[in-house]
Amino acid sequence: MKPRDLSDLALRNLREAILRNSLTTLGIAVGVASLVAMLSLGVGLQQLASKRLSQSGLFDSVFVTPRMNLRGMGREAMPAPSDKPPRLLDEDARQEISRLPNVVEVYPQVRFFTEVRYDGKPFATMVAGMPASSKVSGSFDGMQGSFFSSDGAFETILQSEFAKELNPQTSALIGKELVLRYAERQSLPATAADSGAASSSNSESLPGGFSVVPKEMRLRIVGVVDTEPAAGFGGYGNGRLLIPLQVAMTLRAAQVNDLRDIVRGTSSTPTFASLTVRAKGPAHVEALEASIKNMGFGAFSLLDASKSLRIFFSVFDLLLGIFGSLALAVATLGIINTLVMAILERRREIGVLKALGAADRDVKQLFFVEAGVMGLFGGIFGAFLGWLIGRALTFGTNVYLHRQNLPGVDISSVPWWLVLFAVAFAVLVSLAAGLYPASRAARLNPVEALRYE
Amino acid sequence: MPDSQPAIRLEHISRHYSMGEAVIRAVDDVSLDLPTGEFLALLGSSGSGKSTLLNLIAGLDRPTSGAVIAEGQDLSKVSSLDLARYRRQTVGMVFQSFNLLPRMTLEENVELPLRLAEVERGDRAARVHDALGRVGLEKRSGHRPSELSGGEQQRAAIARALVNRPKILLADEPTGNLDSTTGESILTLLKEIQRNPGMTIVMVTHERPLAERFADRLAVMGDGKLLSNGAAR
Repeated sequence: MKPRDLSDLALRNLREAILRNSLTTLGIAVGVASLVAMLSLGVGLQQLASKRLSQSGLFDSVFVTPRMNLRGMGREAMPAPSDKPPRLLDEDARQEISRLPNVVEVYPQVRFFTEVRYDGKPFATMVAGMPASSKVSGSFDGMQGSFFSSDGAFETILQSEFAKELNPQTSALIGKELVLRYAERQSLPATAADSGAASSSNSESLPGGFSVVPKEMRLRIVGVVDTEPAAGFGGYGNGRLLIPLQVAMTLRAAQVNDLRDIVRGTSSTPTFASLTVRAKGPAHVEALEASIKNMGFGAFSLLDASKSLRIFFSVFDLLLGIFGSLALAVATLGIINTLVMAILERRREIGVLKALGAADRDVKQLFFVEAGVMGLFGGIFGAFLGWLIGRALTFGTNVYLHRQNLPGVDISSVPWWLVLFAVAFAVLVSLAAGLYPASRAARLNPVEALRYE
Repeated sequence: MPDSQPAIRLEHISRHYSMGEAVIRAVDDVSLDLPTGEFLALLGSSGSGKSTLLNLIAGLDRPTSGAVIAEGQDLSKVSSLDLARYRRQTVGMVFQSFNLLPRMTLEENVELPLRLAEVERGDRAARVHDALGRVGLEKRSGHRPSELSGGEQQRAAIARALVNRPKILLADEPTGNLDSTTGESILTLLKEIQRNPGMTIVMVTHERPLAERFADRLAVMGDGKLLSNGAAR
């Protein structure tokens, strides 16, 4: 029989026992819905975690420090991965790292203490420079106001707790100006190490050092955000007043590592406390980390954590999938039952079809198509139902979060691949369920079937 | 008039069924030639094996032994796919209880063998119309079987049997469920159909007077054996 005639006949047969077939289809739909809802939760939670972690740049980034930088910061000293001498993390190093393959950008961590004056009152806090790429990190989603208009704009985004100190009504801050007071670092010419009291045992001349000059600048508040992206990474505390990185760099503000550099007497050129190197993707991180270590810097990444996260979610998805499939397994029994009943009811009809020249294959295909059509409709309806359940769960969660004064999240996600997978799975399972009834119908002896009343 | 070449040749065919320890010989060593273009009536009492013989000729069943030769091939040896093709293309079946599918209209019922034979959709409507026209039911094509009388249903079943232009028409007690007048009209129709060149008809019946009036030859069966085989008149 031609496919079109086959589907015509199958649809006609399904319509004839519309109630029973609809209930069977509904059974499949409920099975698929439970599967889709479970997997959409898995996908949604994974995306939520990824949004907060992976998209923040942590998993495609390498954090570069001067090799000895982390000693004494509450961490164990990193084993020396290469025999290269430690190098200064200065602008030259930054340029060199940015020329490595698969590097998207290299930016320094610029953080410094400051005093903010707002409405005539002083507030002490930490400033952090934000690269333009941090806009897409996910941390600024759902912020009040907007991101910086440009990388060189004299604008600031306040961390919400800090903003509340300025004005409990944080939305009223947007558009207002504040004054930033900071210590500008001004280099001094090199001097000989001749101060009698602090006599040095070596004969090297000490670097010139720098003087610190108080400066002020006005910044317009453009937004308020809950948390800083990658907050506190590198151990310098959370930035509570965020400014464009380019602006932060031009300020030449004295930073925590400046004093250390001076005491260590390494150089009079400004160095970076740390650099963040963003790779094209997590796959490039490992090689990049090794190259940077080989250049004489300390480097570390969160790749291992990312791997653990992926393993966790794979297992999580698997378990959710298994639980979701249980309902579909029950629905499969429903299909088998419906089709076996149909064979009994349509015994004579099968006999007539065979007498008119239908081959065993035609009869088998007819039952197969009927099972497949029920699976297809059940799959489509079930995917929609699953999506609806996911939305309902998200809605319920957000109502709860809202009551806890927390921002809303999307805990379920039904991507296209999940819809296609669910429908294909439903059809496949239905066809498998139709296997036994179809072959039983095909094997029916036409003489006996025609005798059947 | 019958041709010299037989449409079907039955060579020592038997069909035995096992029922526990017992073996039922429904058809027992029957040999018979069916000349092309002949109207053969298979007569016999209930359980004589005439319907079993018809099923063997129709390719619905296979003999336990012997050969059913149709179109140069032994039906007892062909694959089930070829047997289905034979049922589709060579024979048309008419049953005592009509066996029209109740959910389909007459038109759809008659179209069914064309669907199975994968006839192009464009050709089907005309062929269905022709077949219904031959049995005088073209105006009732949109009706369901339950809306028709017994005689009309049997006519529709004949139209369905003819729509694929078979060479052999097999009728199993076609008048069994009809009153005598209607039964006679059905046999008149079968006789008309036989006038098509090359059309062979085998009819199972237990109504000897009707068989003698319409058939060319009578074959009488009893206990699975062929008791007699001769001209009707």
